[in-house]
Amino acid sequence: MSDAQAPGPLVLGIETSCDETGIGIVRGTTLLANVISSSMDEHARYGGVVPEIAARAHLDALEPAITAAVAEAGIHLTDVDAIAVTSGPGLAGALMVGVGAAKALAVALDKPLYAVNHLVGHVGADVLRDDGTELELPTVALLVSGGHTSLLLVRDLVTDVELLGETIDDAAGEAFDKVARLLGLPYPGGPEIDRAAVGGDPGAIRFPRGLSHQKDMAAHRYDFSFSGLKTAVARWVEQKRDSGDEVPLADVAASFREAVADILITKAVAACRDLGVPRLLLGGGVVANARVRQLAQERCDAEGIALRIPPLSLCTDNGAMIAAIASQLIAAGHPPSGLAFSADSTLPVTTIQG
Amino acid sequence: MLLAIDTSAGTSVAVVDRDRGIIAERASADTRGHAEIIGTYIDECLRESGVAIAALSGVVAGMGPGPFTGLRVGIAAARAFALGAGKPVVRVVSHDAIAFAEYGSVQRPASSTEPLLVVTDARRREVYWSAYEGTDAAGLPQRVGPAGLCVPADLERAVPDYSRYRRLDASTVSAGAMGMLAEALFVAGEPFADAQPLYLRSPDVTVSAGPKRVS
Repeated sequence: MSDAQAPGPLVLGIETSCDETGIGIVRGTTLLANVISSSMDEHARYGGVVPEIAARAHLDALEPAITAAVAEAGIHLTDVDAIAVTSGPGLAGALMVGVGAAKALAVALDKPLYAVNHLVGHVGADVLRDDGTELELPTVALLVSGGHTSLLLVRDLVTDVELLGETIDDAAGEAFDKVARLLGLPYPGGPEIDRAAVGGDPGAIRFPRGLSHQKDMAAHRYDFSFSGLKTAVARWVEQKRDSGDEVPLADVAASFREAVADILITKAVAACRDLGVPRLLLGGGVVANARVRQLAQERCDAEGIALRIPPLSLCTDNGAMIAAIASQLIAAGHPPSGLAFSADSTLPVTTIQG
Repeated sequence: MLLAIDTSAGTSVAVVDRDRGIIAERASADTRGHAEIIGTYIDECLRESGVAIAALSGVVAGMGPGPFTGLRVGIAAARAFALGAGKPVVRVVSHDAIAFAEYGSVQRPASSTEPLLVVTDARRREVYWSAYEGTDAAGLPQRVGPAGLCVPADLERAVPDYSRYRRLDASTVSAGAMGMLAEALFVAGEPFADAQPLYLRSPDVTVSAGPKRVS
């Protein structure tokens, strides 16, 4: 049986919530195509995602990406059983491009349309793994990207997702970008910090772990904060420069990265322990960071927590994860979303289907 | 027959036919809800017109000028619909559709020599404008140069020979008129608009001078 004939509904997913135009095609839990067109290079000179530039790029990229995905999957566009689209959360102007296109495509093909929550999509990406393992639920999920830092408790992919905590200021990926900038490194910051950290001592400087003090833990047990960390790094670097000392780039990068990885994994592991859920799933682009993955593995192994990390191509924003959730919604008998839903930049994670 | 979509002002969708005129049209002046209502409007226009998607010869996209967030929704929808339906997209300058409808009935285009200045809201206390020197013999509006963008107080300076024009401030663009204009352009063998949306503004962003000190 070829992949194109795998069991389950054939779904085309459209993702435009940030700077990646993602078109994915899945049949059931089988990945057939995952085409991603990123406008990252256009944002580089600004040091972060510029919403208007991202939205313009989506408009240009959508049609070629759909055509490429259909070719990659070896199907005809008219073969699809349903269309899925990210309806939020994300950048409003960017989301609207995908939502407008998805609605028109669904009408043109006369196929049902499913509006899907972007964050739940990141969890859903795991069902597309082809290593013979299956996502076990409930699981705690830590989703970390340039736009999100969220800790979820997932009891059921299509009916029961709870937000345990999220960042109260910057996303972790954003912190990498900002710190890279103040160290004079280019955008995106994640890989640059990683490169700069080679040979550095992660314990050289004790940068703060946001919302980890006793007084913060009462109200923000599973929340994150990275803006104080960014400021602490800036202050430390300024003091060094002011006193005429050379900034030990590798030590600063390694220590900063350690602070981010430490607080992310500490809180995720604490959630697993507190809730008695011995499973942790990582998602989002920051998973590309080797130290985050490594620390997660060490701590999970020590605590007897099963760690799952989908392949990186499914961790960064993509349309396949959106199609995967729609496929799960269809399998569970959920009706389509219709044509009247909005693009909702602050869609809560509890709204799995928009 | 054509499906026409414009979101350069509010949202407007229509199904038109060269001989039958505007068969079905939906319009909203809401300048925010484009992505919300566009699907329903396309669906309703197709149902009401009774026109099968296979019977359409193409999809018309209104390219603006228009405020970017909304403008993109209609262009994205037109492109995606065309892709799904296996039909071509043709593009029309949204102001041209306003002028076309103003010069004559869209069903029976009239020829005119009256100079017309079409002005629409560009938000941020600015306006888009396009100047027309009447129509050709087929009733197709003759735009003088590309559309412009300025603050309302500067219009008289921005538009050459401003006083010659009758000014038309429009708050909506009819996709029906746009579709009929596309039909007329096709018959006359005149070119359609370029593929680039007419935002007339660069993304609102500047490269910062560098990180600010925190201490």
